[in-house]
Amino acid sequence: MTYISTYEDLVALHDDSTRKFEEKRKSPDFKIHTSDELKPPTEKEVRIVLRNSGKIDPFDICEYIAKDGYLAIGKVLTSMTPEEVIEEVLASGLRGRGGAGFPTGLKWRFARNANTEPKYMICNADEGDPGAFMNRMLLETDPHCVIEGMIIGAYAAGSNQGYVYCRAEYPVAVKTMTHAINQAREMGFLGKNIMGSGFDFDLEVRMGAGAFVCGEETALMSSIEGKRGEPRPRPPFPAQSGLWAKPTNVNNVETYGNVPQIILKGSGWYASLGTEKCKGSKTFALAGDLNKPGLIEVPFGITLREVIFDIGGGIKNGKEFKAIQTGGPMGGCLPASMLDLQIGYEALTAAGSIMGSGGLIVMDEDTCMVDIARFFMDFTQDESCGKCVPCRVGTRRILEILTRICEGEGREGDIELLETLCKEIRQDSLCGLGQGAPNPIVSILQHFREEYEIHIREKRCPAKVCKALITYQINPETCTGCTLCARNCPVGAISGERKQVHVIDPDICTKCGICSSVCNFNAVEVI
Amino acid sequence: MKTTLEKVPQGDPLTIPDKKAVIDAVIERNRQKPGATMVVLSELQNEIGFLSEPMQEYIADELRVPLSSVHGVVTFYSFFTTTPRGRHSIKFCLGTACYVGGAEQLIEKAEQVLGIKMGGTTQNGAITIETCRCVGACSQAPVVAVDEELFGKMTAAKLPKVLSQFQD
Repeated sequence: MTYISTYEDLVALHDDSTRKFEEKRKSPDFKIHTSDELKPPTEKEVRIVLRNSGKIDPFDICEYIAKDGYLAIGKVLTSMTPEEVIEEVLASGLRGRGGAGFPTGLKWRFARNANTEPKYMICNADEGDPGAFMNRMLLETDPHCVIEGMIIGAYAAGSNQGYVYCRAEYPVAVKTMTHAINQAREMGFLGKNIMGSGFDFDLEVRMGAGAFVCGEETALMSSIEGKRGEPRPRPPFPAQSGLWAKPTNVNNVETYGNVPQIILKGSGWYASLGTEKCKGSKTFALAGDLNKPGLIEVPFGITLREVIFDIGGGIKNGKEFKAIQTGGPMGGCLPASMLDLQIGYEALTAAGSIMGSGGLIVMDEDTCMVDIARFFMDFTQDESCGKCVPCRVGTRRILEILTRICEGEGREGDIELLETLCKEIRQDSLCGLGQGAPNPIVSILQHFREEYEIHIREKRCPAKVCKALITYQINPETCTGCTLCARNCPVGAISGERKQVHVIDPDICTKCGICSSVCNFNAVEVI
Repeated sequence: MKTTLEKVPQGDPLTIPDKKAVIDAVIERNRQKPGATMVVLSELQNEIGFLSEPMQEYIADELRVPLSSVHGVVTFYSFFTTTPRGRHSIKFCLGTACYVGGAEQLIEKAEQVLGIKMGGTTQNGAITIETCRCVGACSQAPVVAVDEELFGKMTAAKLPKVLSQFQD
């Protein structure tokens, strides 16, 4: 591995690497690793932050260099001042891709203006939103673009030490990033006197340990400090007082990943994509009841309808669309009437949801929205750190009410009580987890209120999901007595002789639905 | 306060020489790092498989942090366990995409096939089954994670065969 001590050395290596890269790909034995999760882009997509994913070997830094890797930091160190870098990133319109959408250039400026040393750069790779795996893909397939983005940001902010905080549920991403950092250090892109510029910067990977709340920046910093992941009040903001009370800049994986290209191709190029308020592109993870789940990257301004039907292939098994959940467990559920919404930070917030990190979960007509609200609250309640009362106690109370409703014990006044609780928790919680926890409930109440009312007043689940409100039974006209259901039933609730109509004992049945999914004759009915 | 190793129950990793050597090596390697507690606990959870109370006392002592801090961290994060797990950790993802994809059915099937409840370990110590939060393989939902391997698009019909591979 050559040590790169000047920008000229890098340019020479770049030319050499490009040549080798092209030759390698001409060879008939060459095979690129393709993933089901990220397919080639469809017509409405772009590949900007994901441009190298699946096309280069993430374990070979020279392949990244062949794709113009590290040329951006070379340009920055030889011809730009930190202020000029900040101006360029501001002009590009890059906003935080972790979900809050704060202008990245401005964040770096705040860190630059802080008067204390040392300053820290943190990459938030704690992608905990269920349904989101965009960051994982970038870390596993193109870790160097994130590293390069961090070095550029560090130069702009005046930092010499950075941390990549990666969740423990991503062991492959941790290994890939650690390997990439080691290679970058060997070549001199990390460490002292990078490319002879006099600028020092180094990176370390730190792992989470299974706490969703550590995706919140102040909780994340507590975790790096070796403590419980409990958030802190802001102000003071991390740019003034963050990691070990020093000025700290926290950005998402994708935010850093976009920076090298903004420097190389110019802010004007980046700002020409997207909409007036939301420049550039965003990755999303499509999941749920879709024909083509997977990762996509689209310019801002594309509609939900285009994403779900044109790119996602529409709802699978010919079912009807019911709702799309955006932004993870702090986001909202949007109904069919909002399918023409143009994706953007402000647009999603105005609709009662949030951008979040980019998870999009599509739900079909067989989904019970009250059960989904309960599911999200169960998650949030479990992950609440426990520090502040509104979140710790409030989410538990909401969960109790929703569970009662799903079990057929909803009462008049429950909806109003939920609305009051949601308002107070949103207002009074210490961090984004508590403040956002009511969002799914509120949006489901707003768009699917009728389903709540039916559960409460009629003790019925229209989607036939809530176990206490449904019964499984076998249709004697279609049952052939093949015994497949009885053999697969986990609790032995089904009886019947071979070739005789089978019967489900409702007192034993746990309504797991396995019999229905294995029956080849559609003889199991849910009423 | 020095941990008196005489009081440590037999069978604890601190009383097993090669395990104690691993514990000491991990502490030594990471002692100087700022925020060492998390790093040491993560590595030891991985290497030893759990963090017993005597181990927590020992780590607190060595890193010069209060025992309450170490214990607070161990009980906060879901990855840290205080009792041994089975040889194979089988985790059922309960992320949104997996939930919508039928994860609960898989859980019922697993409990039936193995004869244990979620969080439990099989009699022969081979398997521990647990639920976990999203592992980030949502387009392969529902997902079952065995140690570090992911099995995607799992069904209740396919599950017993996968489980039997790890029943030792």
